[in-house]
Amino acid sequence: MTDQRSQAEIVRNSLKRRYRKERRFRMYGMLAIFIALASLAILFADIITKGHTGFVKTTITLDVTLDSDMMYLDDPSDEDQLSMADFVAPLIAALQEHIPEADSAAEKRELGRLIGSYGASEVRNLLKDNPDLLNTTQTIEFLAHDRVSTYVKHADNPRYSVKLSEQQQRWVDELQEKGVIDTSFNDVLFSRGDSREPANAGILGAIVGSLLTMVVTLVIAFPVGIAAAVYLEEFAPQNKITDFIEVNINNLAAVPSIIFGLLGLAVFIGLFGMPRSVPVVGGMVLALMTLPTIIISGRAAIKSVPPSIREAAEGVGASKMQVVLHHVIPLAMPGMLTGSIIGMAQALGETAPLLLIGMVAFIVDVPGGFFDSATVLPVQIYLWASSSEQGFIELASAGIMVLLTFMITMNALAIWLRKRLERRW
Amino acid sequence: MNTMNPTVTSEAAMPEEKIVSVKEERPAETVIEEGKTVGHPLSDDPKFKLRNVEVFYGEDRAIKNISLDIGRNEVIAFIGPSGCGKSTFLRCLNRMNDSIDICRVKGQLAIDDHDIYDPKRDVVELRARVGMVFQKPNPFPKSIYDNVAYGPRIHGLANRKSDLDDIVESSLRKAGLWDEAKDRLDAIATGMSGGQQQRLCIARAIAVSPEVILMDEPCSALDPIATAKVEELIAEMSESYTIVIVTHSMQQAARVSHRTAYFHLGHLVEVNETDKVFTSPEHELTESYITGRFG
Repeated sequence: MTDQRSQAEIVRNSLKRRYRKERRFRMYGMLAIFIALASLAILFADIITKGHTGFVKTTITLDVTLDSDMMYLDDPSDEDQLSMADFVAPLIAALQEHIPEADSAAEKRELGRLIGSYGASEVRNLLKDNPDLLNTTQTIEFLAHDRVSTYVKHADNPRYSVKLSEQQQRWVDELQEKGVIDTSFNDVLFSRGDSREPANAGILGAIVGSLLTMVVTLVIAFPVGIAAAVYLEEFAPQNKITDFIEVNINNLAAVPSIIFGLLGLAVFIGLFGMPRSVPVVGGMVLALMTLPTIIISGRAAIKSVPPSIREAAEGVGASKMQVVLHHVIPLAMPGMLTGSIIGMAQALGETAPLLLIGMVAFIVDVPGGFFDSATVLPVQIYLWASSSEQGFIELASAGIMVLLTFMITMNALAIWLRKRLERRW
Repeated sequence: MNTMNPTVTSEAAMPEEKIVSVKEERPAETVIEEGKTVGHPLSDDPKFKLRNVEVFYGEDRAIKNISLDIGRNEVIAFIGPSGCGKSTFLRCLNRMNDSIDICRVKGQLAIDDHDIYDPKRDVVELRARVGMVFQKPNPFPKSIYDNVAYGPRIHGLANRKSDLDDIVESSLRKAGLWDEAKDRLDAIATGMSGGQQQRLCIARAIAVSPEVILMDEPCSALDPIATAKVEELIAEMSESYTIVIVTHSMQQAARVSHRTAYFHLGHLVEVNETDKVFTSPEHELTESYITGRFG
């Protein structure tokens, strides 16, 4: 038997080791958090450095003389004349005023290519809407051609290749000095749908498509999910069928999302004959995908309501439904909402199932309703990221930032709602 | 689904109860005869008439052939060692055991000669007549006012706001909580002290004007001062209500009750006037228990 003093010594010695172990254990945790935070920081830094230029557009502002002889156009209200007229000539003429040296036919053509390919149609639409402007001089802001834009924004960046001739580069420099070519906030990105031309491509179509899809998902998944959770937790008899349903719901939560896309394709489009590429079908598919998450989190929230509250309500004579409606659901609501919003955020970022139901199409128009062809944010990002044109790379990153902003907003909303409801109860 | 055994929860919170092995201490010759209760289990004008009651948890027989009458405006205390079935038996009186799937009740249980377990009987109506106060104070996480007003609201007892206000005030007064709570009726109930919460639960129970109040160890989570207040309240309430109280404190049983029933391993061993049980118990198990030889 060791005497008391040596025993205390043994304890003291082991203490040192124990503290060391504890410190090490804490270090592991801190290291894990550091790795997670560092990855996140790198991701954000990468996206922001690549994508911030996506929020900048390059414009060319010109005083265009809308000369009727130059355009071979006498009457802008005549469709035939409009379709035959030459709207590029006045643009080149306007540019030439700043770059007088370009006077050969080839040089003029080169000069004209500085303006984006939609420049001519902009002039055309202007004249079509305002025939009075014929033979006047108008100050018009055009979007620069994608190559000019790349040169202006990324001349020093080795990852971008400048596709302008030496001559064109000189002209662009000169125009920039004169303030004709300028950069400003890219409002095009937030006001238009997709386009073949990066300078003209906007994300509004995808944002609206995502919102419409999410509305459908929420309207279907939330009530159905909560009702299922309440029934399973409160009313379902304990038997084989309930067990079977329970197991299947848990399994569904683990099913790859692309399977839900196949289901949507087979059932909604194939069997019910619903249209392709529309937010309604997309929303229904995502609702199916989100349901298990909502049901599982809803059940967990209901389970966490203390049994004493149920007993209290039953004790004063509340019926089963009153117990559920007055006490269980209000108390479980914060948890249910959090689960639902997390499920929705997951659905917002989902691409795979939507590819299968055709929401991956190239869609220029901003969708106006639930039955208009649409695409969604992550699919738009996917489309841009896989595009070969340089201008789309920064747009894809800008799109990711927009998507992340939406996600962060939704999560903040979840936290805010939870705090608010918890305070009330 | 709440499948928790209520007796387990109520016993689990009694760590100070020393659990001594029953078998060692019990005199060898003591045999409990099933269905045989010494003392005076029956009364002339019973509120509850309970005959041959048996309760099963699955295959387990938790209550073994108990017959008992509970008189009108009587305070009866159920005592006995942990796990003896007194809480289970109490919960049969307003069918709180219904929500436990594996629990089955057999025998004749009647309140005012109406069968409690009649399948056609509405349990909501029964619970409006037989209120309950639980071991742990369990106010709703709502305002004090809403807690008391909840029962009258769901039963439609008050049509106007002023009627409801009156019920809330009189209930809180009866529960001795009015002076403390009148200035903060809108405050959330869970912010009160444990003793206040328990009295609020009593106020909530009497707000629906029940005839009977069941109390399942109402003071076990309270300090001595709060306990004294609740006991005082029970004494006052005994004038207008029938009260059944389960308690682990024999002093409490002696202080508040008219009759005392001693439960042992699912048997009802002895029922008698409280004085008699504590001064001259007839059954030797009762004597062992009240003298602290086990339990």
